[in-house]
Amino acid sequence: MQVPAHFGYDRATSIDHALRLLARHGDQARVIAGGHSLIPMMKLRLAEPEALIDINGIDELRGITVSGDELLIGALTRHADLLSSAVVGEHFPVLHDAERVIADPVVRNFGTVGGSLCQADPSEDLSAAFVALGATGVIRGAAGSRTVPLREFHLGPYETAVAPDELLVEVRVPIRPGGSSAYTKVERRAGDWAVAAAGAAVWLGPDGAITDAGIGLAAVGAEHFTAPEAEEFLRGRAGDDAALVEAGKIAAQHCDPQADQRGPADYKRHLAGELTTRALRRAVARASGQEA
Amino acid sequence: MMITVTVNGERHSHDVEPRLLLVHFLRDVVGLTGTHWGCDTSNCGACVVWLDDTPVKSCTALAVMADGRTVRTVEGLERDGELDPVQRGFMECHGLQCGFCTPGMMMTSRWLLDRNPDPSEEEIREALSGQLCRCTGYENIVRSVRWAAENPADDSTEASQEVSPS
Amino acid sequence: MTTIEERPAGDGAHGFGRIHRKEDPRFIRGQGNFVDDVQLPGMLHGAILRSPFAHARIVSIDTSAAEAHPRVRAVITGATLETLSLAWMPTLSNDVQAVLATDKVRYQGQEVAFVVADDRYAARDALELIDVDYEPLDPVVDARTAMDEGAPVVRDDIEGKTDNHIFDWEAGDRAATDAVFTEADVVVTEDMLYPRVHPAPMETCGTVASMDKVTGKLTVWSTTQAPHAHRTLYALVAGLPEHQIRIISPDIGGGFGNKVGIYPGYVLAVVGSIVTGKPVKWVEDRSENLMSTSFARDYHMRGEIAATRDGKILGVRVRVLADHGAFNGTAQPTKFPAGFFHVFTGSYDLQAAHCEVTGVYTNKAPGGVAYACSFRITEAVYLIERMVDVLAYELEMDQAELRMKNLLRPEQFPYTCATGWEYDSGDYPATLSLAMDMAGYQELREEQRAKRERGELMGIGISFFTEAVGAGPRKHMDILGLGMADGAELRIHPTGKAVLRLSVQTQGQGHETTFAQIVAQELGIPTADVEVVHGDTDQTPFGLGTYGSRSTPVSGAAAAMVTRKVRDRAKIVAAAMLEVDPSDLEWGHGTWGVRGDPKNAKTIAEIAMAAHSNLELPEGVEGHLDATCVYNPPNLTFPFGAYICVVDVDPATGEVDVRRFIAVDDCGVRINPMIVEGQVHGGLAEGIGMALMQGIAFDEDGNCLGASFMDYLVPTALECPSWELGETVTPSPHHPFGAKGIGESATVGSPAAVVNAVMDALKPLGVRHADMPLTPAQVWRAAQGRPLRTDLAIS
Repeated sequence: MQVPAHFGYDRATSIDHALRLLARHGDQARVIAGGHSLIPMMKLRLAEPEALIDINGIDELRGITVSGDELLIGALTRHADLLSSAVVGEHFPVLHDAERVIADPVVRNFGTVGGSLCQADPSEDLSAAFVALGATGVIRGAAGSRTVPLREFHLGPYETAVAPDELLVEVRVPIRPGGSSAYTKVERRAGDWAVAAAGAAVWLGPDGAITDAGIGLAAVGAEHFTAPEAEEFLRGRAGDDAALVEAGKIAAQHCDPQADQRGPADYKRHLAGELTTRALRRAVARASGQEA
Repeated sequence: MMITVTVNGERHSHDVEPRLLLVHFLRDVVGLTGTHWGCDTSNCGACVVWLDDTPVKSCTALAVMADGRTVRTVEGLERDGELDPVQRGFMECHGLQCGFCTPGMMMTSRWLLDRNPDPSEEEIREALSGQLCRCTGYENIVRSVRWAAENPADDSTEASQEVSPS
Repeated sequence: MTTIEERPAGDGAHGFGRIHRKEDPRFIRGQGNFVDDVQLPGMLHGAILRSPFAHARIVSIDTSAAEAHPRVRAVITGATLETLSLAWMPTLSNDVQAVLATDKVRYQGQEVAFVVADDRYAARDALELIDVDYEPLDPVVDARTAMDEGAPVVRDDIEGKTDNHIFDWEAGDRAATDAVFTEADVVVTEDMLYPRVHPAPMETCGTVASMDKVTGKLTVWSTTQAPHAHRTLYALVAGLPEHQIRIISPDIGGGFGNKVGIYPGYVLAVVGSIVTGKPVKWVEDRSENLMSTSFARDYHMRGEIAATRDGKILGVRVRVLADHGAFNGTAQPTKFPAGFFHVFTGSYDLQAAHCEVTGVYTNKAPGGVAYACSFRITEAVYLIERMVDVLAYELEMDQAELRMKNLLRPEQFPYTCATGWEYDSGDYPATLSLAMDMAGYQELREEQRAKRERGELMGIGISFFTEAVGAGPRKHMDILGLGMADGAELRIHPTGKAVLRLSVQTQGQGHETTFAQIVAQELGIPTADVEVVHGDTDQTPFGLGTYGSRSTPVSGAAAAMVTRKVRDRAKIVAAAMLEVDPSDLEWGHGTWGVRGDPKNAKTIAEIAMAAHSNLELPEGVEGHLDATCVYNPPNLTFPFGAYICVVDVDPATGEVDVRRFIAVDDCGVRINPMIVEGQVHGGLAEGIGMALMQGIAFDEDGNCLGASFMDYLVPTALECPSWELGETVTPSPHHPFGAKGIGESATVGSPAAVVNAVMDALKPLGVRHADMPLTPAQVWRAAQGRPLRTDLAIS
């Protein structure tokens, strides 16, 4: 069996303690939460951190609450907690759609929301879902907190806005009336990473027209997981099927998928469009009360 | 570092390297080899044990992360000489062949039944979807879990030698 | 000559029937004993350094830093092994394979060095300290270019070798086949690849080797499906005396052919133990398992089928390019380098057939040994069942109707097919009819018609397979010269309890149960009174092991025959007890009694006690009831079945949903129907896996693209439907109790059903064929008329 190389191990008891440990180790430390992405990489010795800082004991990082017109999700919230949260399902069905197809139930018990976002795999589902919702990340460092829109969070594959001495502590999702959302994914098999996936959020005016739309794309080389051109196209338009199909086409044009064993680039580009349209259809149906 | 883990009700204190995987702690240090491993990437679920009350893939958890916590393994399913209904279900319904994935399958099944005592076939398949079996085609595993749901511990009778009609 | 004995179906407690497995109580308590569970005092741990390159010359290996590691006990390289004449070992196909590379590496993942350390973590750490200087060479990745002029030569270790050719082999009558094709109304050709796949049992391969330097005895706990064959091979490889080698195959976490061969890691554990004087454990990780141990298939096939306009199939012609990887490590009988592929005539009454197979070396892992394939019959069944569908496509005929029209009829058995196999028994139309009834075939076709009108894609796929298992008659079949007959020993204790010793080895098939049932059935004693001993060469008679679905046809027959010997001995003893002539006795399923006087009878337990007592026995009878036998099968057995798969395909995403799968198997007499059904369930899931997701491709540099369970996908419970099983029973006329074997039927038969279903779904789009695995990408591309090559990296 593959085993990791040696490393030091510290258990952080608070966010401040974690930050002090991070400051001490510099960029040679990695934060471990669920560990389901990091430990396999360490076993393959693709990651050989000198120290792991275990944040699992920091209760203040865990939890889902509504505060004003925002849903606050602690970075240490487990995927399973997000999936079983009624308040999440009520406001953001896209998150439940996505969670149902992230890894498997046992992995979801330990994998965390913050861990997934910070791992920044280009195929990661929650990143696309949060981008569609216009969510914000709260990052803590020695100097205090700063917020970064999820749309600016991912700097590239496996690279985020979180500096080595910082910690993602929370994700904030704005709760806006009149909207709904959905997530669609094609995978080769249950539990696999996406061949392609799309999340969509729409907000409808009293006349049924789309007042705002958010689209997130995973695994298709969309910059920052986003599809701004398609979103712009939809704003102010009637949410009829032709518009949703067109939005899918626009999203497909602006992504940059790479061929791998999950599929050739032309297929992934096609899926980007198809899945965007499907996610939009479902979000519109939900927003207009035609589907739960 | 020194850790104390309560495994199946027994406290085990050992000095371990931080990198020691939980599965190796259980197998090599504690000596409970009922927990197997089948991959290195948390895809197969042969290594599933409970950490406190939740199944985890123990090939992808560090022993130090279990410090001060409880672990339940397949060896801890049987209680006071009474097999868990899940264990009996697997035997009744031929839910195992080579027996390698079985411990992990049973640990997740027990967790499922604790949360959902009457799961549908689809719910069972979903719950076990992170665990691979190469022998059974899953059919009899699903039936085994249903058997356990229908024969909970209190009102069940001794496993018969006769096979339940399928 | 043996006879089939008719017996009523029982409850299993006294013979055949459904009964719980004897194996289960230990497994459900976590008390199994697998190789990695073996702990010996002072045991060390080995780890293998593997090549990152598919093809490279080894310039130098520096092991000094690894040797300096405080917990490392030994570092072994090819150079070390050369001094012991152990750098190369024979394969099961009379080729040689490097134990550790000396001159160059020939596939990614090939064994380069072996570290022995105090614990498994230190052994892994030390691998990082070994410095190998490689000079990369151009690899042979695409088998279709392996024989091109100027292609790099993989096996320049073989003197005078200037190309990558391994063998040419043919079967059938070429001239007769050509004649049939010339005259046929319709000839259809299709190219198809059965991609490289890996059995991927849940337990990887491993070995614990312990050399006792005082006694000279080598004990090897190993993941092996063939412990006796391994013992003989170790004797031949290492020059160790065979009587001082003991192979123990403990509980095995699935085999499916992956654990037939001897791998370098096994030999290295032995060498490690000899070098250090301590027991050495080596267990591969999942990547090692997928990258370096036995793959299967990798057959590039061109099939041609000739028929009349109204759908009478006349002949089949096949040309195969077989990719064997860097060493010819397949395990086939010597006469049959392509295994039993020439059973590709399938279940149909053909006038003529011919095949040619060319084996080539490439820079990929060696093997081809198996994956529940019954010696390449998987490829043969896939070929013929796809070709029949391709013909149906061209003739615009219903696939069931075309099959029904061409299936062998019951009165044609025993039937000699166009390539020479003698099929033992069958009623094929009855089996296909049952499957169609269970499926509701006509209703499904109506549903499909309605869906097609709405633009929805639904497919119905049929596969009718004939297997040839139970290898085999020793005059035709061997592995490395060892004939494929298997022994059995039956000991009856004085109180009538029995111990059966077997050469075959279970990997989940439930031998401890079914073989006890065979003895119980034949001797009329409780199944619970029979202990089955297997998997230990010091405890069991010689035999070739468990693969090719041979346990029940060969060893099961041996178990029945040795029990009948015991029964015959018991008759003589009973006659002495009852003071009558043996000819006056009749068998009463558990008793020998005086004919016409049923009260005057002795049970086996009574007879056993008497056989061990001071009872005076007739002259020439030694006492006791124990017996041994060797069973040399007179022919193979020919299980068969009809499978129907129903799929829905999403045309816009290419996703396939297997909605239903109906499987009717005829494996002759069933010992334990519960276990038979379990074997079928498992094989069907394997079929879904191969058809839809499993496949190992290589990029242009020869990198393996299926090297972990993240990349090599096998089905979960969510991809599998609830299987619908049916059965027909046509006993084998030459097997002692009419059994045919079931282990691989579903794996052999099901991939074609799934692929046929998906192709049927895509038919309105004009799609006739696309290669496995039918991933969403492949289905979508096939629908575009641009299917992918699934053996190469997707670009």
